[in-house]
Amino acid sequence: MKEKIKIASGQGFWGDLIDAPYHQVMKGEIDYLVMDYLAEVTMSILQKQKNKNPKLGYARDIPELMRRILPTCKEKNIKIITNGGGVNPIACADAIIEIAKELGIKNLKVGVVLGDDIKDSLDEMISQGAELNNMETGDSIKTIKDKILSANVYFGAFPIVEALKKGADIVITGRTTDTGLTLAPMIYEFGWEKNNYNLLSAGTIAGHILECGAQSSGGNFLGDWESIENFAEIGFPIAEAYPDGSVIITKHQGTGGRVSFETVAEQLLYEIGDPKNYITPDCVADFTSIKLEDMGNNRVKMFNVSGAKETEFYKVSCSYSYGYAASGSLTYSWPKALTKAKAAEQILRKRLENLDLHFEEVRAEFIGYNATHETLAKKLNEDDINEVMLRFSVRAADFKSVERFGKEIAPLILTGPPAVTGFAGGRPKPSEVVAYWPALIPKKLVTPLVKIIEA
Amino acid sequence: MKIKLIDIAHGRSGDKGDAANVGILAYDDNGYQIIKKYLTVDRVKKHFEGICFGEVERFELPNLRALNFLLNNTLGGGGTISLKHDAQGKTLAAALLRMEIDTGE
Repeated sequence: MKEKIKIASGQGFWGDLIDAPYHQVMKGEIDYLVMDYLAEVTMSILQKQKNKNPKLGYARDIPELMRRILPTCKEKNIKIITNGGGVNPIACADAIIEIAKELGIKNLKVGVVLGDDIKDSLDEMISQGAELNNMETGDSIKTIKDKILSANVYFGAFPIVEALKKGADIVITGRTTDTGLTLAPMIYEFGWEKNNYNLLSAGTIAGHILECGAQSSGGNFLGDWESIENFAEIGFPIAEAYPDGSVIITKHQGTGGRVSFETVAEQLLYEIGDPKNYITPDCVADFTSIKLEDMGNNRVKMFNVSGAKETEFYKVSCSYSYGYAASGSLTYSWPKALTKAKAAEQILRKRLENLDLHFEEVRAEFIGYNATHETLAKKLNEDDINEVMLRFSVRAADFKSVERFGKEIAPLILTGPPAVTGFAGGRPKPSEVVAYWPALIPKKLVTPLVKIIEA
Repeated sequence: MKIKLIDIAHGRSGDKGDAANVGILAYDDNGYQIIKKYLTVDRVKKHFEGICFGEVERFELPNLRALNFLLNNTLGGGGTISLKHDAQGKTLAAALLRMEIDTGE
């Protein structure tokens, strides 16, 4: 058994710094590169791409990234784990194999985790007793069933572990939890048992620290962010994991950013609910058990983690069509910038009313004044504000209402309050709104499948 | 004595469906005692009046000198449906740090 392994986070979401995984591989020693590409919105986008072209539906940054890092990863035996397979992990694996062939890399094994996509078997699942009611509202899935665009089960670490056991150099999954990507190599390398919930929780929490990329190594830090050095070359976090479940969070020497008690603790508080019950497919981790020790030199030790048995359910995320939305904006300058923006809002509302359009929601915001903190925003001298951007948004069930709204923004420049600018880029176009339906499904109804493809 | 929350704590916020999660972390043990005592559900609910329209849930993480709040019914329907500029509640931790605490001492 290895004495320790280094797991590097290469991506916090699809759209994160393109070069981050490259630098993780090149700027120091690591054993694993893990990359989270999937936000909920990503799955429906990928599903649409796959509907148009059956060879698509995965994070298309991956093949080009592989071209840059595969030779080094193969040479240094760095394994790569990512959920960027989206709704088409096989196509993603095939694309990687193609790149490997072009590069002349031989003996490459790509593990693929399948079985999370249950869109085509929803009826069967329901007939077998899965209710799939909305976890938050309790509503029946029947209310949205004919509008469903994608439906995926969140798998945990164990299917990835199986792929690693079968010799995979790269593991491509569909909807796997962000935390499972980091936990899996620890289970595999240290032989952690399925019922050692404290160890599984330790790896899970390390995964939570890594899953948002540099958000634990100085990015988006609300403490004394101004003292953080070299954001431009920020180092992404690395988990140095030990068999006893202790983990040191660090980053490569010479990179920017900071790993400290505060930067790690802030990330631990990100997007959690009840800290004693952080539920994943692998375990239920207790965030109140975590001990953090700042060792200095961008090293923070995490230890003492405890947790409990996993639940009998997987989480399912369905995406479904929820109408259309659009936003338009105009900027008003001094004098009386806010008064003008508010007058423009009223004019626009009246014009939309006269058009007899039907919106589910209409919203006006005043950027530069109170768009983010709303009622908590500091009161300013309204007559003296330098400028205010009016951001006006609508959402409707029908495309036409939203499209018609898009034609009402620019005319305000010549037909409303003065000293207005900032209309560029054409009329706001309706974009399809995709909503999410979180549900639970008994684990026994779904079986992950692991396949190995070889170059 | 009046204490500005931003002087004794930092934080991070994000979305969980239509709820915002707001984590507040004190810089030291003394600060944690202050936030634990004064950042009650009622005070936080009142602070976010007109922003949070649902129940406020509060959780303690003494090991991180932190409190976690869930502000239900806050994000205008949640991530993709919401028309809000800050649909994911990313700026709400900073909004809570605007609070001033009167310790009465």
